[in-house]
Amino acid sequence: MGVKVGVLALQGDVAEHVAAFREALAERPGSSVTAVRMPADLSDLDALAIPGGESTTISRLIGKNGLYEPLVEFEGGIFATCAGMVLMADRVDDPRVRTLSLIPMHVARNAFGRQVDSREATIEVAGLDEPFRAVFIRAPVATDVDPQVQVLARIPEGIVAVRHGPHMAFAFHPELGGDLRLHRMFLAGLGL
Amino acid sequence: MKLEELRFGTELIKRGFASMQKGGVIMDVVNAEQAQIAEEAGAVAVMALERVPADIRAAGGVARMADPQKIAEIIDAVSIPVMGKARIGHFVEAQVLEALGVDMIDESEVLTPADEQFHIDKKQFSVPFVCGARNLGEALRRIDEGAAMIRTKGEAGTGNVVEAVRHMRSIMGGIRALKGLSSQELADCARDIEAPVELVVECANLGRLPVVNFSAGGIATPADAALMMQLGADGVFVGSGIFKAANPEAMARAIVEAVNHYDDPKVIAEVSKGLGDAMKGLDVHLLREDEVLQTRGR
Repeated sequence: MGVKVGVLALQGDVAEHVAAFREALAERPGSSVTAVRMPADLSDLDALAIPGGESTTISRLIGKNGLYEPLVEFEGGIFATCAGMVLMADRVDDPRVRTLSLIPMHVARNAFGRQVDSREATIEVAGLDEPFRAVFIRAPVATDVDPQVQVLARIPEGIVAVRHGPHMAFAFHPELGGDLRLHRMFLAGLGL
Repeated sequence: MKLEELRFGTELIKRGFASMQKGGVIMDVVNAEQAQIAEEAGAVAVMALERVPADIRAAGGVARMADPQKIAEIIDAVSIPVMGKARIGHFVEAQVLEALGVDMIDESEVLTPADEQFHIDKKQFSVPFVCGARNLGEALRRIDEGAAMIRTKGEAGTGNVVEAVRHMRSIMGGIRALKGLSSQELADCARDIEAPVELVVECANLGRLPVVNFSAGGIATPADAALMMQLGADGVFVGSGIFKAANPEAMARAIVEAVNHYDDPKVIAEVSKGLGDAMKGLDVHLLREDEVLQTRGR
């Protein structure tokens, strides 16, 4: 059966997420990957990606487009990267970002410093046999997660990958770099 | 946990940073207060400047990198990325901006060029660069030098979108014209537009530039911003258009929403209501040759 994935298309690397999920679902006939800009776009989706971008901007547009409640109530799994991870948290140090509070964790924005401190690093991720080449761009980290949240990856700066129920959140960008193992892990976790 | 092969400033990191800006509005600001207004309005980044381009035109003289003190104050004031402008070819201004911690450097024709032959060798830097371009050849030469993002030049500080439109149409049309060409014809085209053949082939295969392409230079209203998006821009820079408007906060918010809903005229109509006067603007045909900025650096 086909899988329906949406990508929150308010701002950020939307096209990269669309391309990555299309590739991950290439051998699943009847699958679709579509842009989500308004509440109606969420209906019938099995899963949603929240892309990287600027969390202050995306948060503002979520409110403007009437997406806040529909996203909180979304019943599928959410695959969130970078700014998406910030939006999934229930605690963040910036009053301008209204988070969705779907994962009980505290997230620090820009935890690595300025853009020159952005980096590629090879990290171990729980559930993957081989290390993952992770791309961190002005990335956040989770500094504190509640016990029911599964930590998938931790580096000296903090926690950079978590799973909570159907949701997964990453401080880095699995949609960049062509390695789709985490996309497949996410879809498998949803039974898709 | 194991952490190996740490690498900074790779092409993937630089181009990835630019990708995170897509669908966004980058606003020129001259102090911390304006930077906070821009951030509140939903800007994805701010460009830290001594003066907005309209005032650079008015002031005349040599336009240089902004005072590092001012850039540092703007960096401290906001959580979104801060960009800074260096003169074309002035790699030491770029080194200073990188040392200050700016997140992207604009090697910009708005400032007075420091080198009339060479642009900055951008591959030597960890910080990503954005460069202006008027056509496909210019864009690909800048990418070859290491630019992680292109912006169409337009004519900065005029509040007149006509040049931005001309340059966006030129780049998009240039890419469309590559479609279906044989490898021989692509090589011929590369010689014609004075661009590396590998990049011309890459554009032909992708059907777009290999890096993010924003629009700049004359955007003054929400409709201007949406026009550039419909013409194929990945996002917009708004320079003088925000803080030379009668109500900068309202204009900033409206342009952010117009970019988000660029293909929905009802939303553009709604957000454009009651904004007050946009910046006054200039007729680009009345500029003297030495007042035209877009011809700097080719």
